[in-house]
Amino acid sequence: MPKDGSNTEVVRLDGQGKPMWLVLELTYRCPLKCVWCNNPLDFEDYSKKELSTEEWKRVLHEGRELGALQLGFSGGEPMLRDDLEELVAEAEQLGYYTNLITSGIGLSLERLQALKKAGLKQIQLSLQSASRNLTDELVGARAHDLKLEVARMIKAEGFPMVLNVPVFRQNIDQVQEILDLAEEIGVDYLEFANIQYYNWALLNREELLPTREQITHAEKVVNAARERLGKKMTIYFVIPDYYEDRPKACMNGWGTIHLTIAPDGAALPCQEVRVIQGLEFPTVREHNLEWLWNDSPLFKKFRGDEWMKEPCRSCGEKEKDFGGCRCQAFLLTGDAANTDPACSRSPHHHVIEMAINKTHEKHREPRPLIKRNVGAVTVAFMDK
Amino acid sequence: MSEDHPFQSEDSPKLNSKFLFRWEKSQDSYILLYPEGVIKLNASGAEILKRCTGEMTVAEIITQLSELFIGAPDVEGSVYKFLEISHAKGWIEH
Repeated sequence: MPKDGSNTEVVRLDGQGKPMWLVLELTYRCPLKCVWCNNPLDFEDYSKKELSTEEWKRVLHEGRELGALQLGFSGGEPMLRDDLEELVAEAEQLGYYTNLITSGIGLSLERLQALKKAGLKQIQLSLQSASRNLTDELVGARAHDLKLEVARMIKAEGFPMVLNVPVFRQNIDQVQEILDLAEEIGVDYLEFANIQYYNWALLNREELLPTREQITHAEKVVNAARERLGKKMTIYFVIPDYYEDRPKACMNGWGTIHLTIAPDGAALPCQEVRVIQGLEFPTVREHNLEWLWNDSPLFKKFRGDEWMKEPCRSCGEKEKDFGGCRCQAFLLTGDAANTDPACSRSPHHHVIEMAINKTHEKHREPRPLIKRNVGAVTVAFMDK
Repeated sequence: MSEDHPFQSEDSPKLNSKFLFRWEKSQDSYILLYPEGVIKLNASGAEILKRCTGEMTVAEIITQLSELFIGAPDVEGSVYKFLEISHAKGWIEH
């Protein structure tokens, strides 16, 4: 035993080159129409290309061989796949820690019990507000009451539960009410996740981005709750990178620990990466995961720091934040190799400041929100 | 042990049921998996957690660890310290 009690030291995994986090986006289909959805704008095009049960099972096997440990079943709405229980059982048998990331729609008691039996470990349920009218308006369906019912069912079946609350201008002032609701339900982990601005959220950014004052206030409320609740409920509050000045360490670095498989089998370093033009996205139908992760041009593209430009290249924080998010750099500056403009050192930081300025009431031009819905936008003329 | 420790020698700590503790070949280590996280344990930490089954007392854990890590200084203090931290992080319960 090491001296000085250092056996208490725990080593956080850095991945050591292994894709520890594997996320399967089983489908982009979803009964909800959330205006901040991070699925692609052309989500409709994927429904006919979804991987089969056997193809997903092969991904699970190859993922474990590569050292994946945490597994997320996500979407779209993963409950729309009627082979979910079968895939969970396979994953359990392979030794994954299985997480279901769901809106709760379609999660009946019968299926919940089947998932429990299959060995599912944890459920992350989304909730958008503490009031029925607001939730239902935001997601474009009568979902609020159903979500609360599902939340109680999840606890009754003994699952650890993360309640995930996407945060934006329209619901951020409800943080206290949501905290109270989560406490009453008996949530284990409450995650206030300020939304990130890609795809549908970027389309609706001017209406969704909260003000700095709103964020400061919400953080205060969260801190008070943390003190009051202690270990009873773990509360995360992720502030939007627009207000951070430093970029987020996106995905802990490109191709370091995270691997997403899209519904059509494309192996991606993050869920949003298809927004970057000019990259190829090979799928598990053509290649094995080992090649896709280790050798595909996509995963090698921004691995390490060789690709970096100034100011990242000579920045003392490049190993901490990896230059931020490649997708955001592409979307807001036109070049994915640029410094993430969320960084105050980026020569493009003014695009972030302009977006923040527009949150002030006096600069706002109210607009409608565009719901994620078939036909809500036309993607016929998008370059792909 | 002093009053401010979460465990006394006759207590039997138990792994929180939300956590999955197991050997992971690809890491050549024992790991602790929980919602959205992974922790890799060193050899002695793993030996302690292995014994947090709710059936073994702290005193028994200390005895067994002393036999495993012969000659290590202050095994008792190290075990208490590990349990205290594990308890604070929510990995183990009374």
